[in-house]
Amino acid sequence: MNDNTAAPPDKKPVRRRKLELDPRLAAYTGVWVFVEHERGLVHPVSRELLGEGRKLADILGVELAGVVLAAPGDVARGFCDEAISYGADLCYLVEDPVLAEYRNQPYTAGMTGLVNAYQPEILLLGATTLGRDLAGSVATTLRTGLTADCTELNIDLENRSLAATRPTFGGSLLCTIVTRNYRPQMATVRPRVMAMPEPDTTRTGRIVEHSLGLVESDIATKLLEFIPDDRRDKANLPFADIIVAGGRGLKRPENFQMIWDLAKVLGAEVGATRPVVQAGWVSADRQVGQSGKTVRPNLYIAVGISGAIQHRVGMEASDVIVAVNEDPNAPIFDFATYGIVGNAIQIVPALTNAFRQHLTTARLAG
Amino acid sequence: MHTVVCIKQVPDSAQIRVHPVTNTIMRQGVPAIVNPYDLYALEEALRLKDRYGGRITVLCMGPPQAEAALRKALSFGADDAILLTDRAFAGADTLATSYALAAAIARIREDMPVDLVFAGKQTIDGDTAQVGPGIATRLGLQLLTYVSAVGEVDPENRRIIVQRRAEGGVQVLETALPCLITVLEGLNEMRFATMADMFRAARHPLTVWDREAAGIEDITKIGLKGSPTVVSKVFAPRPRTTRAELIEAQSGQPNDLADTLLAKLFTKHPQLGRQIVRRSS
Ligand SMILES: Cc1cc2nc3c(=O)[nH]c(=O)nc-3n(C[C@H](O)[C@H](O)[C@H](O)COP(=O)(O)OP(=O)(O)OC[C@H]3O[C@@H](n4cnc5c(N)ncnc54)[C@H](O)[C@@H]3O)c2cc1C
Ligand SMILES: Nc1ncnc2c1ncn2[C@@H]1O[C@H](COP(=O)(O)O)[C@@H](O)[C@H]1O
Repeated sequence: MNDNTAAPPDKKPVRRRKLELDPRLAAYTGVWVFVEHERGLVHPVSRELLGEGRKLADILGVELAGVVLAAPGDVARGFCDEAISYGADLCYLVEDPVLAEYRNQPYTAGMTGLVNAYQPEILLLGATTLGRDLAGSVATTLRTGLTADCTELNIDLENRSLAATRPTFGGSLLCTIVTRNYRPQMATVRPRVMAMPEPDTTRTGRIVEHSLGLVESDIATKLLEFIPDDRRDKANLPFADIIVAGGRGLKRPENFQMIWDLAKVLGAEVGATRPVVQAGWVSADRQVGQSGKTVRPNLYIAVGISGAIQHRVGMEASDVIVAVNEDPNAPIFDFATYGIVGNAIQIVPALTNAFRQHLTTARLAG
Repeated sequence: MHTVVCIKQVPDSAQIRVHPVTNTIMRQGVPAIVNPYDLYALEEALRLKDRYGGRITVLCMGPPQAEAALRKALSFGADDAILLTDRAFAGADTLATSYALAAAIARIREDMPVDLVFAGKQTIDGDTAQVGPGIATRLGLQLLTYVSAVGEVDPENRRIIVQRRAEGGVQVLETALPCLITVLEGLNEMRFATMADMFRAARHPLTVWDREAAGIEDITKIGLKGSPTVVSKVFAPRPRTTRAELIEAQSGQPNDLADTLLAKLFTKHPQLGRQIVRRSS
């Protein structure tokens, strides 16, 4: 009972056997993707999920639907059209003024209302603050299974069930979880683990409208204000092509300037490990790893970073990893592409210089 | 005000190792700690108690050893501690866990009304972040997740104002009590417990509830039986590649090492090379 997780790793794996799907469950059909938006912008994870959802729907031979919950207006319709261009066959739309800003209660009501009316077999949401908030309430209201924070989705063809894989124990283990006797099968998926599909604006699809039936006075929670993050100095790590990240091996906050200098020459974003964030050398939105951001740049330069599992899970999807560490036995060398064993304080300025020179020459050469 | 704080005892995941052959967690010798995210929740509850008075009950579902987690919470200043423990709870997923915890809270509020429930952002062994929303939904409490600051509480009009982290900004929300709050890490710093606090906590009586004492009649909703999700496979992450290719230079000088690395990057990864040039111009 110490394992309340969706993934108790010492639980015995279930034996596979061929199952005739209970007709009660078979009534649920289709794959749905919740289209998350805040402040008029669709979250990129929703597009990634539409791409992934398309694959699952094709394997199952069913339709893929987007789900848009929003205030009435053109913007909401635009979200539906966008979902269709990213692969949906249709889009469910609940328009209501109480859905203008995300609040748990009306969004839960909207989503559970749709599920009960149209019965999808799979419902996917992004593992964002909004998606995790909503998914927990929806799954509990519907009394169905939810696999949180997945990194891989597949269909078990034997019984048409969703096999959702997620890390546990901070990424030390992966486990695949199925929801056998309940529908819909729900999962939240981490941003930036599924590939971003190409939109096709020539695609067409239907929009199915559904009403919510709530009024503002039914809702206890009121939004008093929204304080947008200061966009100037904000990290956008998940979408960076190049990241230079520093760890505790830099020893002092002043030395972290080297990371910024190298990043500047490369036009890169700056990332960091948790101890560096906790020491206040950089802001929390630059933390990469299990309790920070998942990134997948083309190039990740890890400086003075040991490569602990909690950091590794956030960056190992990077194409090329360069590690600079003075300890030849540091775990980061077990999975980096290239390693330089040496003192970061000397190596990093040399790298910055070398890149600067190379890039000047390349630019002159046109 | 009466606040319930849900805390879980977890193995210290920083010290966990996976058995290379059997792919099972080697718990032996790994210390059990209070889920670190739950301490932020407890501290926030303690601060509210400092401001507005009242009582704090800590609640933990787990094996009998989880008593240690509750004693820790008592040493920081919680007033009452309840350990929910029964073999029948074993193997619970998030739906079954939230059922049992919600039932216990419903039982707690028979004795004293509950104004606030706190939970951590997530656990470090499961990282699901779903138990908090599950409890709130079952008990019909207003749900506020990822709270980065707890503001004014108006116990008379039963309102509370909090800041909640959203994508791209912070929502300032006002809601009605009773509500359930899950807090972000770093919103406060845990206070210290003195030796005297620890001695007091060690002697403090603990309430232990099994399934029946918590008022749970339907055993199909708890433990393995009450869990819709089933683990079908557990495996170790595929190693990314073999070991890194170490960059060497005869001189061993930083400049030469840097040049060797660049030569590798630009010749072995021409696309990346072009991208670097494009971006920086
Ligand atoms: C629940 C939980 C969640 C966590 N989440 C995260 C997370 O999201 N992200 C994260 O990063 N961590 C996370 N951690 C922490 C993680 O376990 C590690 O402690 C952390 O990643 C280590 O950071 P580091 O590599 O900077 O420091 P260290 O492990 O101290 O490594 C420093 C490295 O620098 C090298 N070094 C020292 N001096 C030099 C020098 N002069 N030049 C070159 N190299 C040098 C050393 O050899 C060493 O390898 C989490 C931990 C827990 C328990
Ligand atoms: N067994 C448990 N006992 C008490 N509280 C728990 C338990 N499991 C989870 N919680 C609470 O729910 C939060 C989220 O847990 P999880 O959904 O497992 O990530 C934790 O931070 C705790 O506050």
